[in-house]
Amino acid sequence: MFCDECKKRPATVHVTKIVNGQKSEVNLCEECARAHHKEWSMAYDDNFPINKFLAGLLGFDTGKTASSVNLNLHAPGKCEHCGANYNQISQTGRLGCHQCYDRFQDKVEPLLRRVQGSNRHTGKVPKRSGGSIRLQREIQNLRARLQQHVSNEEFEQAARLRDQIRELEKGMAE
Amino acid sequence: MRDRFVNQALTKWMEGTGKESEIVISSRVRLARNLCDIPFPNVAAAEQTKAVVSQVEGAIKDAEIEQTSGELIFVNLEELEPLDRLVLVDKHLISPQHAEEAAGKGLILRADEAVSVLINEEDHLRIQCLFPGLQLEEAWDLASRIDDLLESKLDFAFDEKLGYLTACPTNVGTGLRASVMMHLPALVLTNQASRVLASLSQIGMTVRGLYGEGTDATGNLFQISNQVTLGRSEEEIISNLVVVATQLIDHERMARQVLLKETKPQLEDRVCRAYGTLTSARIINSQEAMTLLSNVRLGIDLGIIQGVSPQVLNEMLVLTRPAFLQKLAGRELSPFERDVQRASLIRERFSLDG
Ligand SMILES: [Zn+2]
Ligand SMILES: [Zn+2]
Repeated sequence: MFCDECKKRPATVHVTKIVNGQKSEVNLCEECARAHHKEWSMAYDDNFPINKFLAGLLGFDTGKTASSVNLNLHAPGKCEHCGANYNQISQTGRLGCHQCYDRFQDKVEPLLRRVQGSNRHTGKVPKRSGGSIRLQREIQNLRARLQQHVSNEEFEQAARLRDQIRELEKGMAE
Repeated sequence: MRDRFVNQALTKWMEGTGKESEIVISSRVRLARNLCDIPFPNVAAAEQTKAVVSQVEGAIKDAEIEQTSGELIFVNLEELEPLDRLVLVDKHLISPQHAEEAAGKGLILRADEAVSVLINEEDHLRIQCLFPGLQLEEAWDLASRIDDLLESKLDFAFDEKLGYLTACPTNVGTGLRASVMMHLPALVLTNQASRVLASLSQIGMTVRGLYGEGTDATGNLFQISNQVTLGRSEEEIISNLVVVATQLIDHERMARQVLLKETKPQLEDRVCRAYGTLTSARIINSQEAMTLLSNVRLGIDLGIIQGVSPQVLNEMLVLTRPAFLQKLAGRELSPFERDVQRASLIRERFSLDG
């Protein structure tokens, strides 16, 4: 087996990452592993070690290895908003702008499922720009709690939640 | 003499306060945010980068934000000396890349450096709270409130499905990276560290040695952070990390008791020799200094050494780094000169307590 990085020397270092049961592997020669080693030991940046690794993954998604994708002239277009093309993105492991997520959705989605184990945000929603999303989330949460109360036969609480939900839905319609 | 340490080096996270500060050195929460309609910093043109700086600088000068965060100072990284930027790296405030290419980059800092906002690093904004001890919830709470206030004035790139959009897909979703820096000497001494820490990667945590070579953490310091930012809420991410940190604390405490019980003379010997070397050495490299400081800290925690304040390890972590030594000397130093300077600084620091 050859090194994923340089494709020249035999791979002797194997790194396995498991996130949410999703396994991924990097195989490196000693020299490239040492280069990675330096990145891993960077004092500060939290996602630094994974960038190169990611660029590799983006490359693999096209069925090609990371370095050959750099030369791939048939890359699927570029983002109209920021001008970044897919080659650039797969080289750096970074997208060019927020619209790149849309533009390269078919590449990014599987990648997210692989490195993040999920493709759906369940956390914080910005107050101002996320106004209606915020309400929807809140209604979803209340509905789930309502269901819980109903199955526990706690009808008083359930009724209170039902009123609350109606109130919020009124707010959404406005 | 103490002034020199206090004025130039100390940062909030080095205080040695906070919950579990015996084992947890610091807690950090970082939120990645980007402005809508401007490309991410790696692609943005110079004038777009400038626009980000002025928008953020404008938004942060706000009475309500300062009421929440404390007074904030804006620093243009381009205007700092390269050495000063490296000091900021050593204090864990900016990344090495941020220090290297300062053009168009900004930093907003609270005086005690516990709150900072990096502008135009990998993302347009990185809101950071860095507290001493195990204070992840507190750090998250403050970072989130600052985030809310900034969001009331700035349009953040947010997608209903993917959450906060970031330059690197590893940050997308919550944009939250939470981490704890832990001192785990007994786990290392009892050969449990690599096994215990390797198991963390299976539950979505990343472990890194601090300033160290790969997994051989210098000074037995490890940084543990969440790997996944998407598909879990911020509260889940924070509470998972708190659970993990708490378990590691328990393991470390148990290992310390085992060492005390089974190998007390060896432990005392190790600790006291470390103290002896640090208080007498005339030349010391960074690696050796960190190893010995870790031993001394363990000795302080276990009552083997008395009269030395425990935060000596935290302080020396930064003070003995090459950039800081040169800052103190006011000039560039050769590696040998640094080793001399480092030894003298350590002796001086110990004499304050002793
Ligand atoms: Zn190689
Ligand atoms: Zn784009």
